[in-house]
Amino acid sequence: MNIVVLIKQVPDTYSERTLRSADGILDRAATDPVLDEINERAVEAALQLKEAHGGEVTVVSMGPAPAADAIRKALSMGADGAVHLSDDALAGSDAVQTARALAQVITTLPGVDLILAGNSASDGRVAAVPAMVADVLDLPALTHARQITVDGTTVTVRRETDRGAVGLTAELPAVISVSEKINEPRYPSFKGIMAAKKKPVSQLSIADAGIGAADAGLASALVKVTSVTPKPPKSAGQKMTDDGAGGAQIAAYLAAQKLI
Amino acid sequence: MAEVLVLVDHLDGQVKKSTYELLTAARSLGEPSAVVVAPPGAAGKLTDALKQHGAEKIYLAETDRTDFLTPEVDVLAALVESVSPAAVLIGVSADGQEIAGRLAVRTGSGLLSDVIEIGPESVTHSAFGGAYRVEAVADTPHPVITVRPGAAEVESVSGAGAEQTTDVPPPARRIATVTSREPVTGGGRPELTEASVVVSGGRGVGSAEQFAVVEELADSLGAAVGASRAAVDAGYYPPQFQVGQTGKTVSPQLYVALGISGAIQHRAGMQTSKTVVAVNKDPEAPIFEIADFGIVGDLFAVAPQLKDEISKRRGLPARSASSRAPGRPNRPPSRLKYILEYNIFCNFTVSRQRMT
Repeated sequence: MNIVVLIKQVPDTYSERTLRSADGILDRAATDPVLDEINERAVEAALQLKEAHGGEVTVVSMGPAPAADAIRKALSMGADGAVHLSDDALAGSDAVQTARALAQVITTLPGVDLILAGNSASDGRVAAVPAMVADVLDLPALTHARQITVDGTTVTVRRETDRGAVGLTAELPAVISVSEKINEPRYPSFKGIMAAKKKPVSQLSIADAGIGAADAGLASALVKVTSVTPKPPKSAGQKMTDDGAGGAQIAAYLAAQKLI
Repeated sequence: MAEVLVLVDHLDGQVKKSTYELLTAARSLGEPSAVVVAPPGAAGKLTDALKQHGAEKIYLAETDRTDFLTPEVDVLAALVESVSPAAVLIGVSADGQEIAGRLAVRTGSGLLSDVIEIGPESVTHSAFGGAYRVEAVADTPHPVITVRPGAAEVESVSGAGAEQTTDVPPPARRIATVTSREPVTGGGRPELTEASVVVSGGRGVGSAEQFAVVEELADSLGAAVGASRAAVDAGYYPPQFQVGQTGKTVSPQLYVALGISGAIQHRAGMQTSKTVVAVNKDPEAPIFEIADFGIVGDLFAVAPQLKDEISKRRGLPARSASSRAPGRPNRPPSRLKYILEYNIFCNFTVSRQRMT
């Protein structure tokens, strides 16, 4: 079974993240980039499926040159190869453009049975790109998977969200996004890290992938940022040490604010 | 004036509050039209509530199709085509975001995600957990906008509510089929992302058993319960209640943080809360930097005392909220207005009945 995993490099959620005030695009130089944690779980799910059913795992990432580090991490976990779509013309692409570009890259890969992704990146909060990619490719989308079972050409997923659990089934090929609860990703072994250095990473420009310049980047984005305002940091209010009446003091404060 | 399509979110025959927020927000863009996709016989029961919250038109699409989320996308895509709305508004949720994304791909519309404010000219996002306000516009007709719960104050304005039955087109695509559904067993507390008050516990709570102190305070406030990543990782509370960058983003009127240090990871999920109250043993805990009111002390002393004070102020004996209304879900006040009513009436039960 040939599996594609969509991965994304994001600023570390434990670091301060900044947007460029000029155009509202992420200031990648000012943040610590990492492979998004949910993607590690998607890679793990792909590796488990490969271990059970055979095949190859290819990671696909769209992003500037430093995203190579995130790709390397996925390869060191055990993915077999990678495609890196990287082109200055892609900067500022919106969610619809991104989904179309990723779908286009997937169509350049032969015999893909399954496309795996994280359910929600930690930086963008669109939380729909996997389903959008599926729609572009006219494939079924089985999202927020807590459990994935493949039986022949049928895939079954247990989807868990706030609203409860839903059982979903579809014929391959299909797109699956995984939730945080699906697994604990493995750590790359030393052997894996060394092996990753020799694994093939195919570098694609938009022209290589067959994406038109009119379909990529800020200039043709369907949505545009018009202003970015850093919110003044919330200033600290009153702080006092509990002298035995701390709970009552909070109650008095809440009552004064008409919150109780 | 152009129509604004609002996808109705409903569960167990009830319209979700977030839909009323969308109907209110839609009015700044045009005339709100509610779009109901529901099993046969279920859509008609929602129309009165939609009318009372300003729906000028109600499109009813009833279907027993079992393909996952595609009926909603198909119905909206057909309406976008036939009505050419000023915008399509969908509430932020797992399903809502997915429907919105797919609709935007199909209709070639700009997708404006997780919006906290809708203006006539642009929308506002809150990026990186409230660190930035980002204004954005769509360069396409009928943008698809997902709106965060709590983004608008619900106004009860009657609309004409003209009903129109809409066909659900047969699936033209490769689909995922629903084989089973297990509704969530929510335990009666409000949904984390919709609650007007959230009480969260962190590593300082110390154990799963001791999380009861967080729950009891939450119940006295009619609040949802949240947990920091540290508390979830330590196994004190289930992951679906995690507040933070990798969990839920909440924006309640009041956020109470108990034993939470306030790492960036956590603040990213709650710092747009209107009022933050924190209790922590460590006077240097970063949570105090963003707390409107902080107590340095033992949460096991402060939280129960606060709970008793709240009960006292509401004219009730100091006991847990769950024992007040046996057999009834512990519904939160849906808006602050109701909290004020508690003070006016000094009677929880009276205002509960007014709400339901």
